[in-house]
Amino acid sequence: MMALPYITEHTGFTGTVYATEPTVQIGRLLMEELVNFIERVPKAQSASLWKNKDIQRLLPSPLKDAVEVSTWRRCYTMQEVNSALSKIQLVGYSQKIELFGVVQVTPLSSGYALGSSNWIIQSHYEKVSYVSGSSLLTTHPQPMDQASLKNSDVLVLTGLTQIPTANPDGMVGEFCSNLALTIRNGGNVLVPCYPSGVIYDLLECLYQYIDSAGLSSVPFYFISPVANSSLEFSQIFAEWLCHNKQSKVYLPEPPFPHAELIQTNKLKHYPSIHGDFSNDFRQPCVVFTGHPSLRFGDVVHFMELWGKSSLNTVIFTEPDFSYLEALAPYQPLAMKCIYCPIDTRLNFIQVSKLLKEVQPLHVVCPEQYTQPPPAQSHRMDLMIDCQPPPMSYRRAEVLALPFKRRYEKIEIMPELADSLVPMEIKPGISLATVSAVLHTKDNKHVLQPPPRPAQPASGKKRKRMSDDVPDCKVLKPLLSGSIPVEQFVQSLEKHGFSDIKVEDTAKGHIVLLQEAETLIQIEEDSTHIICDNDEMLRVRLRDLVLKFLQKF
Amino acid sequence: MDSLVLGNHCWLPDCLLQPLLTLREQTLGLGTQADRKLPAPTPGHLQQNQPLPVFPNPLCQSRGSTDAECQRNENPGLIMDPECSRLLPAFCSVLVDPRQAVADDTCLEKLLDWFKTVTEAGSSLLLLQENPCLVDLLSHVLDLKPQDVSPRVLSFSLRLAGMFAAQEDCFEYLQGQLLLGLFGEAGPLSWAVWSVPTVRSGWIQGLKSLAQHPGGLHFLGDSGAVDALFSLQGDSSLFVASAASQLLVHVLALSMQDKAEGSPSLKGSAWPACAQKIVAHVEASLCSTTALQITQALNVLTTTFGRCHSPWTEVLWGQLSPLVAHLLDSEPVPATHSLVDLLLSVARSPVFASADCTLWETIARMLSCLSPMQTGPLALGTLKLQHCPQALRSQAFGVLLQPLACILRATAQAPGPPGLLDETTQGCSMTVDTLLSSKSACVGLLCQTLAHLEELQPLPQHPLPWPQTLLVEAVVIILRLCDGSAAPSSSEGCRLCGTLAGCIRVQRAALGFLGTLTLGTSSWELVPQVFAILLETLKSPASSPTVLKKAFQAVLHWLLDSPTPPGCSDLGPHTPLFLRELFPVLQKHLCSPCWEVRDSALEFLTHLSMCWGGEANFREVLLASDVPKLAWQLLRDPESYVRASAVTAMGQLSSQGLQAASDSPGHPEVQQGLVGELLHILSVDSEGFPRRAVTRVFTEWLRNSHADVVQDTEWFVATVLQMVSRDLDWEVRAQGLELVQVFLAQTLGQPNPSCPYAVALPKVTPPSPLPEVLRTLCQMQIFDFAFRALFDCDRPVAQKACDLLLFLRNKSAPCSGLQEAGDSSDVASVEATLERWQVGEQGQPLGSLEPEVVLAALRSMDLEGLQSRLAESSDHVEKSPQSLLQDVLATVALLEENVADCY
Repeated sequence: MMALPYITEHTGFTGTVYATEPTVQIGRLLMEELVNFIERVPKAQSASLWKNKDIQRLLPSPLKDAVEVSTWRRCYTMQEVNSALSKIQLVGYSQKIELFGVVQVTPLSSGYALGSSNWIIQSHYEKVSYVSGSSLLTTHPQPMDQASLKNSDVLVLTGLTQIPTANPDGMVGEFCSNLALTIRNGGNVLVPCYPSGVIYDLLECLYQYIDSAGLSSVPFYFISPVANSSLEFSQIFAEWLCHNKQSKVYLPEPPFPHAELIQTNKLKHYPSIHGDFSNDFRQPCVVFTGHPSLRFGDVVHFMELWGKSSLNTVIFTEPDFSYLEALAPYQPLAMKCIYCPIDTRLNFIQVSKLLKEVQPLHVVCPEQYTQPPPAQSHRMDLMIDCQPPPMSYRRAEVLALPFKRRYEKIEIMPELADSLVPMEIKPGISLATVSAVLHTKDNKHVLQPPPRPAQPASGKKRKRMSDDVPDCKVLKPLLSGSIPVEQFVQSLEKHGFSDIKVEDTAKGHIVLLQEAETLIQIEEDSTHIICDNDEMLRVRLRDLVLKFLQKF
Repeated sequence: MDSLVLGNHCWLPDCLLQPLLTLREQTLGLGTQADRKLPAPTPGHLQQNQPLPVFPNPLCQSRGSTDAECQRNENPGLIMDPECSRLLPAFCSVLVDPRQAVADDTCLEKLLDWFKTVTEAGSSLLLLQENPCLVDLLSHVLDLKPQDVSPRVLSFSLRLAGMFAAQEDCFEYLQGQLLLGLFGEAGPLSWAVWSVPTVRSGWIQGLKSLAQHPGGLHFLGDSGAVDALFSLQGDSSLFVASAASQLLVHVLALSMQDKAEGSPSLKGSAWPACAQKIVAHVEASLCSTTALQITQALNVLTTTFGRCHSPWTEVLWGQLSPLVAHLLDSEPVPATHSLVDLLLSVARSPVFASADCTLWETIARMLSCLSPMQTGPLALGTLKLQHCPQALRSQAFGVLLQPLACILRATAQAPGPPGLLDETTQGCSMTVDTLLSSKSACVGLLCQTLAHLEELQPLPQHPLPWPQTLLVEAVVIILRLCDGSAAPSSSEGCRLCGTLAGCIRVQRAALGFLGTLTLGTSSWELVPQVFAILLETLKSPASSPTVLKKAFQAVLHWLLDSPTPPGCSDLGPHTPLFLRELFPVLQKHLCSPCWEVRDSALEFLTHLSMCWGGEANFREVLLASDVPKLAWQLLRDPESYVRASAVTAMGQLSSQGLQAASDSPGHPEVQQGLVGELLHILSVDSEGFPRRAVTRVFTEWLRNSHADVVQDTEWFVATVLQMVSRDLDWEVRAQGLELVQVFLAQTLGQPNPSCPYAVALPKVTPPSPLPEVLRTLCQMQIFDFAFRALFDCDRPVAQKACDLLLFLRNKSAPCSGLQEAGDSSDVASVEATLERWQVGEQGQPLGSLEPEVVLAALRSMDLEGLQSRLAESSDHVEKSPQSLLQDVLATVALLEENVADCY
């Protein structure tokens, strides 16, 4: 989502973007915060010469190791954000979106964040599921829709947890313990975070915890240009929330308890550290602010303010950044650093259970998921283990998915369907011949009734119309069934044929009527009567053959 | 019945209760007297409907009853008293009346217990002759139409008949049609009601009671009961099947009892017919192809060898051991669990103390051919044996060690000293296969192995040499596999890593075993690696509360019991460093959002400071941390268990002078001191656990002369008692009495030891003259509290109060400074008040007491009598046979009433 303006505004993209409403709204907030943080401190000049490879390799370590620096782009503007968002068409969960009649696309709840989706791309006979960041944990969003992923031919699996060894529950416990410990010792807690997502769960956790931990009097500050919108938006997306929170709306109560924290002045939010915040600020306190990379945003001020005291603690909860790299420019640092990455996305045990439940025919996933992480090569449990083994792909690789399209669905118009008279040829199987016109438009195929036989030409105009439709000949009936040779021979004898000889061939039988110099070749899917210019005899024999077959 | 106990602290006057009860009986028509007399919520709840006489019983005295008679009335369960004899005919006629259904069979069970006591205490024949209705009952049961027989009554009758027939003369008396009718083939065995398990169970139990003498044994043989027992071994009801097997063993033992005693080497062919029949059946079952039959035979043998230790069992084993050994030839081996039980049962029997090669060979074969999961219990059982060949012990120990050896090999750890695990190579591939086959198999095997080793470690007969180093290394590597920090290079190791990562069950088992591994540890070099893994486990955010609890326990073991190198201080070289790392972790856990973790951390802190409170190193590290402050804050925790643990922890810290919170005067709670905080909890906490903890802490403080207490002990005790006396929790009240006991012991001296061999303590001379002390006690309202507690609705409280008052009375006996009795009107007033308290009217205050009045009141009370009555269980009234018989009759009467109501 955060890269959307780069795609829609710089690549000549002319298509439609589909997204759920919370995705758009929260995405807008995240991009708005990013743009605000960047634009708040404009750079007098930009340097790009260092990107020259000859110069870059002379630079100190993190810079010289950076890859593809030439592709690095400046941050987009708010105008570009708005333009990108205007190309989005809103969709709801389980809504079926037709794409040119070829496939149908459906978003499903992925359980990870408000409005986050997995997608089903399906035709009438094929189904591909695209699983992105999903969560099976009970957090605030609607639970993951697993049932709809069943019977997939291919399941594309992406967006697994970045910290597979960290259990989110344990991390939340760690977060709370360290927070309380710091506050009780008179220190401040800094939580670098995004303005939406895990913060809602953290606030809910703290809501339950602060009273029991004796932290009721400690202020919690949430500082972000979009803090207010984020907290308020979260409360209005009732239909996208988990069942418990949805039911609160009908009470009526705010779904998230942070409303109560705000009402009781325990949680205060500010657009920035300037203005009201500087008047209200008191310590010890807990501050939630961005950006989690510690490179820009209000978090920078707090790092500088609190970094020198060992009483204070910075707690990293976002898994997107290496906390050691984030802290590198601030070293030496006296404040305590706690790394509690909370990533609720699927881990490998959950993936294994999901795949057992959903049972796709094939799994496609990034190459990294098919082997243990390089740093823990012995952890065979940290990879996808399924049968058949997953197909893996690398960045920008094009894969041919392991299925072929063999069937198309064709609709029959009701009046045509009415005219059909199916005949049961086997118990449970009925057949009918259809004569119709196949009409194809937007990849949809429809059988329409054939035009009536052409009337005798009464005018020029009418004749021209009939030119457009194909000729409809009266069709001969179709035959089905097999000819039992012995009974057929008996039948021939009964009708006066004698001197009959039967020969077995590789494909069937040949019945020789030696007297009549005639040969009847019976095979699995054809019967030939070969006689020498005796049309009468041929017709007689044909009628005898037809008696053993069904017509429809 | 005068009144009803409705709850722990709620009772109503009779006049209010009676209409309620009547209404209930009329409207519901269900409850029996027994229902209404269900035991009260607390274990020792007194029945207020029968106030215990405290003052001497005038009735008893006026009638001139002897002590024996009084005693007889107090213990009605031991004899058949006239009242019971009077009720019995009606009871028996109710049982055989098909229109009456006995709804509550617990009454019948209790009555059977009573009959058992009666028959064991005297002659059954006499009992039957005095109460012919009992024989009539048995006859009537047989005469009933099959559809009219109640399974409960039939089962009752069968068991009753068995009890009577246990005595030979009574057996003779009943023999004939009656016993044969009840237990013979034409009796219930052939009735439709036989399909009810209760009847089959009653039949077996009746026979078991009956089979106590040769006559009974012959009866069993002649009546065809043994054959029926064979088939009942496979009964659908497990209870019936088990009882049938046990009876077979009983019959076998009984039939061999006399025959084999004289000639130990009696051959099987010369055994009594009944025994031969049972053995032949067991032999046939052992040769069967169905696992169920084999299991039944093995169970019978297991019980036989477990119970019978006569020489004939050796002959029996000699006869059957080839068949048992033959079972091992089958693939797969059938009934392995039962087979293991049998072999261990035989091996444990003292008859086989001498070297029996076949037995040890069979066990050795089993150890080598069964799967690792199946051999574990056999190996453990073998190692627990007192007498066992060394080679077999080595093999069994090797089997137990196999999984750990496999883990060590798979993770490329050093194989350990040569010889220790050499035996484990045999069958190792099978163990590896199990470990790698599936997660559940791997986890199951490891948990079982660790539990077995944990059980074996403290036993005196544990194998020597005990590979301590190897075991510690194995457990450490298992814990590392569980937390994902192990980095094995082999493919097996990687698979184990994947299987065990995050496995809480194995973590718990490994930590449990690691804790016991401190026992007998001599190599202190192991300590650093153990401390390291324990610290990692405690630090890991992924550790679950239960794992953390186990880790804390293991840390305690290793801190308190770990070896120290010679010439080192008490704590050892690694401990101070470890403590410095431990306390920050402990601080974090004291702030955990999970209450179980906070609770475990506090318990750990309590134990640690209890053991090491005097160690300078420990004190220094503890006081430098925030742990005491955090523990103090947890006194206000929302979770009551945590508050209780915090109270105990703070009490302990304070006793050791480790309460550092007073250094920070900013906290409001510090200003009132810990005593104030604990008194606050005692007075306002809504949960019982913290209040109980406070009273325990206060008692300990008083006992150990805590500085805060000795400042003004009397004020302290009086304040605590004031709060405790009205507490709703009986344990708090009982603990309050404990506090008073400690106070009195300090003031008046220890109570005299009741045991004549007890070491006599030097007599403590009261610091003040006795009259003064008594006056002080009166001012502190200790008597008020004790008298109130004497009539407490909870028996333990009343018992404790009674003991206390007896102690006071004894101590004040030689007091000559006081008049024999105070103003007689005062005494009468106190006695009147106490009598009112006794019947539940405790609203009236006792008023200000004078020592003379108290002493007079104490002397007039029958405290000894009360003490003996209180010693009886709280339901002794309900268990009395009269009550049970009345209950049955009352139920029937009530049902009749309801039938009438319907018309």
